[in-house]
Amino acid sequence: MSELSTTTILSTSRSNSSVWCSCLIALALLAFTPGHAEAADDVLRKVAVADPYLEMHTGPGRGYPIFHVVDRGESVEIVLQRTDWYQVRAANGVEGWVDQAQMELTLKPDGSEVDFAQATLDDFTNAKWEAGILAGDFGGANIVSLYGGYSLNPHVSVEVWGSQILGNFSNGWMGSVNLVHETWPDWRFSPFFTLGAGVIHTSPKSTIIQGEDRTDQVGHVGAGLRVYATRRFLLRVEYKSYVVFTSRDENEEVREWKAGFAFFF
Amino acid sequence: MESRFRVLFLIALVITLSGCAATKNLFGIGDEEAPPPSSEPPGQVIDPQVERREIKEPAIDREDFEVGAFVGIMNIEDFGSDTVYGVRLAYHVTEGFFVEATAGQSKASLTSFEVLSGGARLFDDRDLTYYNLNLGYNILPGEVFVGEGRAYNTNFYLIAGLGSTRFADDDRFTVNFGAGFRFLWTDSVALHVDFRDHLFDIDVIGQEKTVHNLEGTIGVTVFF
Repeated sequence: MSELSTTTILSTSRSNSSVWCSCLIALALLAFTPGHAEAADDVLRKVAVADPYLEMHTGPGRGYPIFHVVDRGESVEIVLQRTDWYQVRAANGVEGWVDQAQMELTLKPDGSEVDFAQATLDDFTNAKWEAGILAGDFGGANIVSLYGGYSLNPHVSVEVWGSQILGNFSNGWMGSVNLVHETWPDWRFSPFFTLGAGVIHTSPKSTIIQGEDRTDQVGHVGAGLRVYATRRFLLRVEYKSYVVFTSRDENEEVREWKAGFAFFF
Repeated sequence: MESRFRVLFLIALVITLSGCAATKNLFGIGDEEAPPPSSEPPGQVIDPQVERREIKEPAIDREDFEVGAFVGIMNIEDFGSDTVYGVRLAYHVTEGFFVEATAGQSKASLTSFEVLSGGARLFDDRDLTYYNLNLGYNILPGEVFVGEGRAYNTNFYLIAGLGSTRFADDDRFTVNFGAGFRFLWTDSVALHVDFRDHLFDIDVIGQEKTVHNLEGTIGVTVFF
């Protein structure tokens, strides 16, 4: 018990000393030229308020009330970012949430404008990576798919897909690699064509059909539409026509419709 | 004759002069060239020697992901209720929308038929596992007050999605929807209370039917 209280006292005194230290540092910084304030930028990004005032909200979202205001010329430290909101700490230690529009009106210590990069239609065209979730109909069965893609250039990208197929008579999974060509990648509604190959595994439902599990190769062609929604978010609709190269006499043809959403980064 | 001497004399003179021009700078003889006129205005006396500081801007810490675990009760239609537990990963796209991937596991109890028949089992593997991919929307963001001096941020959200449930020896396409309450204990740690309905088709008890499987959970998540 006594040890515990000692620890408490120790930690209190440490926090006191750190407060004194930070006060001394703050005084030292004030005494020198403003350029020295940049030294404190190692961990947190410091920006100065250029608008008449900066409004701090209690939460990162619409409707949260403004509880604190930082005046023009004072500086704040950015603690973290969540979606389009920034948690900032004022000089007096008060922490609150500021929206993107207000943060864009702050200045860096050297007086230049702060660049709060926001994904735009341009990033939609030029982003390298993309990942998404789509669901739909695969020849009468339900299909849920995940994909990841890498853009070789704004027109051509390579995608890897993994899907689970859930039907009335059989279940299965499919993995494939696609080549995607976008004719007008800078359009908000960007059509694309796709070509690919992969493997499909089907297992008949035990309760209905007595059959064997099969693994076959598939090839497919397709077309679709990528629609830029907002920020890093896009909607995607596509149609694919598959040919399953079965070990039987005839190949199987399957048509697939899917819709979903994806992110680029 | 005279003209020949004149040519020789001229050649000698040219060689000597060109030699002088080439060696003038080498030996430091001859007049120094005047420096080019200064472009600086005459008033500029002090040349500023301050180097421009290159500030390496730290990347702002983004916390758009949320990861956590949950535990609760799941009622599997015809198969009683049992504990359910699982994990969830969410990505907040905007202040309103988020996407979420969830995986969970529960266990099927005995149906009335199985209890009354005394030993007959409809199927052996009693585990239920599911995954789903969902889209959520924070429809009612807000604050709750605990006592006089403390306020916590909250979100009431609606969520729906697709996935698969492995139950009774089969994978079943599953639609789920529900609502939840996110209580932000700190800006990075949240407590969840969640209610979902998982719908899938099942034909274990004779005819095929769509079943509702209600699930209520509590969970903890961390933003990163």
